[in-house]
Amino acid sequence: MRPYLARQLVQLVVVVFGISLLAFGILHVLGDPVLLLLPQNAGIQEFERYRHLLGLDRPLYVQYWKFVSGAVRGDFGKSWYADTPAFKLVLERMPPTIYLTLAGLLVALLISLPLGILAALKRHSWIDTLCTGLAVAGQATPLFWLGIMLIIVFAVRLKLLPASGYGTWQNFLLPAFCLGATLAPITMRLVRSGVIEVMNMEFIKTARAKGLAEPAVVVKHAFRNACIPVITVLGLQFGQLLGGAIITETVFAWPGVATLTVESIRNQDFPVVQCAVILLALLIVGVNLIVDLIVGLIDPRIRART
Amino acid sequence: MSAQTEVELAELGPSRAGAPRAGLATRLRRLRWGLAACAVLLLVVASAIFAPQISPHDPLSVNIRHRLAPPAWMEGGAARHLLGTDQVGRDLLSRIIYGGRVSLVVGAGAVLIAATIGVLLGLGAGYFGGRTDWTIMTLINVMLTFPFVLLALAVIAVLGPSLPNMILVLGVAGWPIYARVIRAETMAIREREFVLAGRALGMSHARIVFRQIAPNLVSVIVVIATLQVAQVIIFEPPTPAWGNMLGEGRVYMLNSWWIATFPGLAIFLTTLVINLMGNALRDWLDPHLKL
Repeated sequence: MRPYLARQLVQLVVVVFGISLLAFGILHVLGDPVLLLLPQNAGIQEFERYRHLLGLDRPLYVQYWKFVSGAVRGDFGKSWYADTPAFKLVLERMPPTIYLTLAGLLVALLISLPLGILAALKRHSWIDTLCTGLAVAGQATPLFWLGIMLIIVFAVRLKLLPASGYGTWQNFLLPAFCLGATLAPITMRLVRSGVIEVMNMEFIKTARAKGLAEPAVVVKHAFRNACIPVITVLGLQFGQLLGGAIITETVFAWPGVATLTVESIRNQDFPVVQCAVILLALLIVGVNLIVDLIVGLIDPRIRART
Repeated sequence: MSAQTEVELAELGPSRAGAPRAGLATRLRRLRWGLAACAVLLLVVASAIFAPQISPHDPLSVNIRHRLAPPAWMEGGAARHLLGTDQVGRDLLSRIIYGGRVSLVVGAGAVLIAATIGVLLGLGAGYFGGRTDWTIMTLINVMLTFPFVLLALAVIAVLGPSLPNMILVLGVAGWPIYARVIRAETMAIREREFVLAGRALGMSHARIVFRQIAPNLVSVIVVIATLQVAQVIIFEPPTPAWGNMLGEGRVYMLNSWWIATFPGLAIFLTTLVINLMGNALRDWLDPHLKL
């Protein structure tokens, strides 16, 4: 396990380095923030003074080095709009994003696990057809649109749930369902194909032959083994899930990192955007690493291989 | 060695379709969903191509007097605006028909860019292995970890939601999936006899990669590309709508339900039929491909 872990860590460092380059590069390609920061009638001297103040007049590699050496210490510079450190601003908005992502994951599992197992066990029945049909339809539904539809139906028409806001459990229902519903189809299909594959294996026959009750066969033997691909893909999908959380946050005006970043992009507040991108990427990288470890723990074969 | 031989050599390898070939009729019947989807897609494409001929109004003509008109069958709706109008009185049906053009062009353009980058890098990584593979895989990991929704937003916010910008962003963001699948397939094909034979005959790397390996990957590429067009179309619309959602547009969108509902339904339908067609293509060309 140890050399495997070491290799993963090296890869992790390189990936984070690449992301810092991308985040820095893209923002600097996009344009001159000073043009947005200052009123249009400001003089050339004013522009020059601000560029100097923000360090934008220095060569790019100097700016990048300053950015990276600060970032390592958790110092992403001060926000150009609010007079607070970018790191603090982003960190404050992190919990709502993480809660939303976890709630979405929970919803996705609550939908996909039972339906996927049911569809696999009753293969070719009407239940299977229905579940697969739902999955196909779900994969074609734009997340952004689903969110708006949920708000129109449940908040505007039926007045059952709040359309936006944060703090109570009611606020969680619509966004979490919206996010979960987009992850559920692919997860369901994986659970289904995973269980079908496993149910045909020898050790299932053995379990049945030794007189184990069918529920025990399914839960103890089949499900556990079907979990491995599901967990791996869920880990890989975590980036997608966070991307989905970004869209969900915008639709439901959720006070997370995404809404902060969208605001900051519109204001060209570089330090905040860079900090948010790096922290989100670190989150994804961390989750992927943990998923690798969990899969290694569940599946002794993978541990042995490395 | 002629191209014909290469194809025949390629077919000598372990066939992907393990089961004996069913009759054409049976195979076609299994694909009935895919064929139906294909028919609907043709309709969608035709309506996009002939948008000027079939759309009832100019999609850009503003008419404040008829703003926020509900669909024709509702109270207050008028037959001249079948699906209603938006907050500045533009005809929704016409906007959807013209919108199909944008969606399809962006989808096809982005997929073309993504497939080109992804296939080349995937072939390189899979064929050469070693350090090349490591570098490309790291690049893939960076791309998969980078929050691209944010990048799309940043580019659109700063450079404006123009067509080339959208195609470029979505194309550059979309290549890792091709690279990953093509890499794995290339690694498997690289070990087959006909590649070995090619090498023994003294073929150059480029010739082996493009004349021997790549032709075997066409079906995989077609399947991914089809499914990816749907992915792009499903992702692309938020970007212009986004600014709307953040600003005053939110109120209109939520109170006049038709403004958001019908365009979304159109996207849903298009994405659905493309996905169904992609799945059918996969079953037809390459049943063992896991996507």
